Parts: sequence; structure tokens; C-alpha cells
Amino acid sequence: MTSTVPDTTSPAWRLRLTNGRNVLALGGDWIAQSGHIPEFPDKGLLDNKQEGALAFDTGDLGRWDSGLIAFLWDVKRAAAVAGLPLDGSTLPESARKLLGLLPAEIGEPGLSRSRGFRPFNWLGGKTLGMFAEIGVVSELLATTVNGGLRAVVAKAMIRGVDLFDNVRAAGPSALIIVSVVNFLIGAILAFVGAVQLRRFAADIFVANLVGLALVREMAAVMTAIVMAGRTGGAYAARIATMRGNEEIDALEVVGIPISDYLILPSVLALVFTMPLLYLYGCLVGMLGGFVVSISMLNITSLGFLHQTLDAIPFDQFVFGFTKTIAFAIMIGLTSCRIGLQAGRSAADVGTAATRAVVIGIVGVIAMDAVFAVLADVVGI
Amino acid sequence: MADPLLAPANKTPLLALRDVTLAFGPKIIQRDLSLDVRRGSIFAVMGGSGCGKSTVLKSMIGLLRPREGQFLIEGEDYWGGSEQRRTEIGRSRFGVLFQNAALWSAMTVGMNVALPMQMFTKLDDTTIRRLVMLKLGLVGMEHAVDLLPSELSGGMRKRAGLARALSLDPDILFFDEPSAGLDPITSSRLDDLILNLRDSLDATVVIVSHELPSLFAIADDGVFLDAQTKTAIAHGSPSALRDNCTDPQVRAFMQREHTSDSAAGKG
Repeated sequence: MTSTVPDTTSPAWRLRLTNGRNVLALGGDWIAQSGHIPEFPDKGLLDNKQEGALAFDTGDLGRWDSGLIAFLWDVKRAAAVAGLPLDGSTLPESARKLLGLLPAEIGEPGLSRSRGFRPFNWLGGKTLGMFAEIGVVSELLATTVNGGLRAVVAKAMIRGVDLFDNVRAAGPSALIIVSVVNFLIGAILAFVGAVQLRRFAADIFVANLVGLALVREMAAVMTAIVMAGRTGGAYAARIATMRGNEEIDALEVVGIPISDYLILPSVLALVFTMPLLYLYGCLVGMLGGFVVSISMLNITSLGFLHQTLDAIPFDQFVFGFTKTIAFAIMIGLTSCRIGLQAGRSAADVGTAATRAVVIGIVGVIAMDAVFAVLADVVGI
Repeated sequence: MADPLLAPANKTPLLALRDVTLAFGPKIIQRDLSLDVRRGSIFAVMGGSGCGKSTVLKSMIGLLRPREGQFLIEGEDYWGGSEQRRTEIGRSRFGVLFQNAALWSAMTVGMNVALPMQMFTKLDDTTIRRLVMLKLGLVGMEHAVDLLPSELSGGMRKRAGLARALSLDPDILFFDEPSAGLDPITSSRLDDLILNLRDSLDATVVIVSHELPSLFAIADDGVFLDAQTKTAIAHGSPSALRDNCTDPQVRAFMQREHTSDSAAGKG
């Protein structure tokens, strides 16, 4: 470490005995910026215990700043350990005042809850937390369904304006991204199918492949992933910020149920819009597949259309539609829940948004796998 | 910390506003505001809610450029200089305690105090750690060095914010509503701390407040802003304003009287 302050002499200290008293002689410049402020040993005053207070000789003291105070604080703590009083009368006045503000011993350090890593505690806590979480989300689902039923008979405290705002934010404004994603997915499916099917002169079955894949799986999953990232993250961040501003507390005190006022409109908005976005996604995806098929393969547009209509039975749409509703409920509930349990700081809001997106996407894919198994059992 | 041997017995005020007009877009907050802050004083910016106290502070710490007028630091035009120069002045001379302490929530208290040192000095980690403990020790928070801001109470957060403001040894301290949201005892402890720090650091303090007990306890000079006329209507220390000011609105504010005049003025 080189000195950044020009023209300084190194700080020096010496403990000496004058007339039976301990005197600490300080010399040189004590500038913190120079980076080499010495430390006074904790037990430096224990062995040469003398009668009377520790005095200071500041005759050779040059310039000083917080560096000197840091050293003097060391001395003050060491003197407290040795039970030796300090006589600061020869110190510069402002140094004496600053020293007076500093405690003679460092208080018991507070332990932060976020420090330290204990694997078993962590694992146990996580496991218990997971069970508790399943309970909480189930309860949330129950109150939300309850609120939804009461909303049907117009008894829930849900405001039309909130629901409308949520629906608008979740639905129409997501059209562009849903279009882009599904169009490209349809086009990609057609590319993959075209290369393989052309070998068997089965070009026309590209329409089956694109249509079935989109309606059964891709449109539902891609739309759900887009919504988990777009709307789920937004819900979690919004509710976490409301918690930080004590807005949630205010709702509770006034007696407005959070499930009715916050969660129900959010979940309902997704339940209303996502199936529609799914149907729209199917259409746009098929358009993507159509464009690629027409330009790459030996198929007429009418042939593609006819083959597509033929290939997809209606129950495939019902299957995709049902899945989308389940995804919507899952995304809405988990992101609201994550927002509600978030901490109150700015960093916590970021964590909540991230978690909502991650859990939303993983959840969608996991649920999709479950649906695939169920469909196999039922025989759809 | 200013070297006590070098402190000049200067007659020019340390900080001065000259005919400053502050505005957000078309909305004028204060106009033709002038004031002098003497070196070593504790200068209070007083006034009712919504009169622009915090806005005046913002223009002095570099967050809001005045529409007209000058802010002078030892005669140097702060807003006339380059942005680089303003940053340099702010870093080397200003310490700011924000209204809600504004501690960076993702960092521990110690890291909050250490960050300015890590960014702007070449000190090694051991020295920084010692200085962080020193700053926290000055405000009585050395035990909280490893806690997160969310684990602190309101008063502790204010003190930690003060330690962060002291991080780079500023000689001009700005406090925005230091006692807001604190109980009377915590608030008076903070007042003592501000007085002690002013005396021992040879600092100058600009404080924005409407808490009368704390104003009377610490401020030795000040200005009273008015929301109606949008300018300063009285200059002087809070106690002088209370006892001698002829303006009925200022007297009413300082003596905590409810008159129809002052109610309209504070609205």
C-alpha cells in the first residue's frame, strides 16, 4: 500500500514511564488515507500497570484525522481492559470529544439471521417450510375459490374496476408477445416435420404434426410460460411492494380480505385471459406452420387447411383448454403467495419477482407432465 | 475532518443561496430565496409541510438544479461547475442523512458504511474495517455491523444512516427530518449526537425539520420558508424567531399556536 497523501511522516507511538505514570507518546501524521495506521494491542496495558491515569504526549503529533481516533479508540478499549483511567487533557480538543463519544468496549455483536450455513438446519427448515407452504397455498386456493363462488352471487368484496384492470393488463397487452412466440413455435414445428416427413413423401402430414403439437402441448405451455414471466412476476413484485409500504397491513386493519381484494382479481384475470390467449396462440401457431409448409413443401393452402381440420378432434382442444385453466390458477396463486410472504426491503421485492417467475415456469412444465400421464391413462 | 490548525477565520459564509428559484416543471416551489450558512453553525430550514424545505435541501446536495440563482460553497458556484466537479465536492465534503435513512437494503450495516470508502479510497480491507467500526462506534452502533437494515429499529436505522454519512469524513452534514418517526427520547439522543458530532468534527450542519423541540435544542441559525408567498419570510435562530419575530405566522408556528392565519399558511 503506497501513501496517497503526499508529505506525510509515518505515525509512531511509544509507551513510556514518566514520574511513575504511563505516558503514550504520539508522533508523526495520523492520516487514515495513508493506509498504515498502527493498531494498539488489546492487552498492551495489562502487564505494566502503574498508579494513575494514562496520559498522552502529543508534542510531536503532526496532522491527523479519523486514523488517530481509530488508534485512540484501541487505546481506550485496552485501558478499559486493564482498568486504567485515561487522562486526555493533552489531546487536541476535537479528538478528545470524539473519543468521548466512543464506547469503552464493543457491544455484543448482533447476529444476523442471514449469516452462517448449517446444512442440517437448512435442510430441516426447508422440508418443514415446504409442507407448511403446501398447506398455505391450499388454504389460499380454498379462500380464493370461496371468494370466486361468492363473487358469482355478488357477495364478495371484489370490485369490477380491479378485475377489469387486471384482465386488461394480463390479456390484450400480452397479445404481441403471445403472437410472436406461438408463430415461431408453429414455424419451427413445421421445419422439423418437413425435413423428416419429406423423406417418406408424407408432406401433407406436417399439418397433423403442427396442429396436434400446438393444440395439445405447445400453445398451452408456451402461453403459460409467457404469462408466468410477464404477469406472474408482476403480481409478485406488486404485492411485495405493497407489503413493504404497509398497504397490505392497512387492508387487513380496515377489514378488507386480501383474498377478495388482491388475489381473486389477479387469479380470475388469468383464468379469463389465458384460455383465450391459448386459442389465439393455436391459431397464430398454425399460421406459422402454414407459412413454412406452403413455402417449403409441395402442399396447397387448401390442402393444408383441410388436413388440419381433419387432424384435430375437438376433445384435443378441450384438453388444452382445461390445462390452460389449471396453469392460470397455479401461476396466479403461487405468484400472489410469493408476493405476500416476501420481506419488506427493495432486495426482497427482486427476490420475490425472480422466485415467482422460476416457480411459475417449473410449475407449468411439471403440471404439463402430470397432465400427459393422466391423458395417457384416460386415453385422450 | 477539517484540520483544526488550518481552519481559516473566514468571513464569507460557508454555504450561500443567492436569489434561488426552485421549480418542478411549471410549479414554482420557492423563488428568490437567499440565505447564508456560517461555518460551524447548525442551520435549520424550517416551515410547514409542503413549503419546499426538502426541495431546498435537494438543490444543495446536487439532486435538483435551481431554475435561477446560485448556490455558493465558499464563494464557488456549485451548479455553475462541471458535473465532475459537483460529484467531487459532494464526495469529499457532503454527508447526507436521508429522511428514511435510505440504507441499501441488500447490504449489512457495515457494508453500507464501507461502500463509499471501497469505491473512493485506496484503503485496504483491514483499515476500512477499522474505520467502519469507528464510524459505527461514534453513533453507538458498533454492535450492529453485521445486521441487515431490515433487522434494525427506526432509531437504529437513522444512526446507521448517520454513520454512513460520516463515512468519507465530510465537513458539511445535511439532515432531512432527522427526528421524523422517532420517539422523543430517541429523538433527543439523536439531537445530542448531532451536537457532539458538530463540535468534535468541526462540521457545519444543515437540518431540515419542523420538530420544534429538536429545532430549539440544536439549531443556532435558520430560515423560515412560507408556502404561500413561496419564499423566506424570516431569518434567525429558532429561539430568536420564537421570541422576537414580528411576523404573526412565524410566531404562531414557533409557539405552536393554532390561528386561522397560520392554518391557512401551513395548508
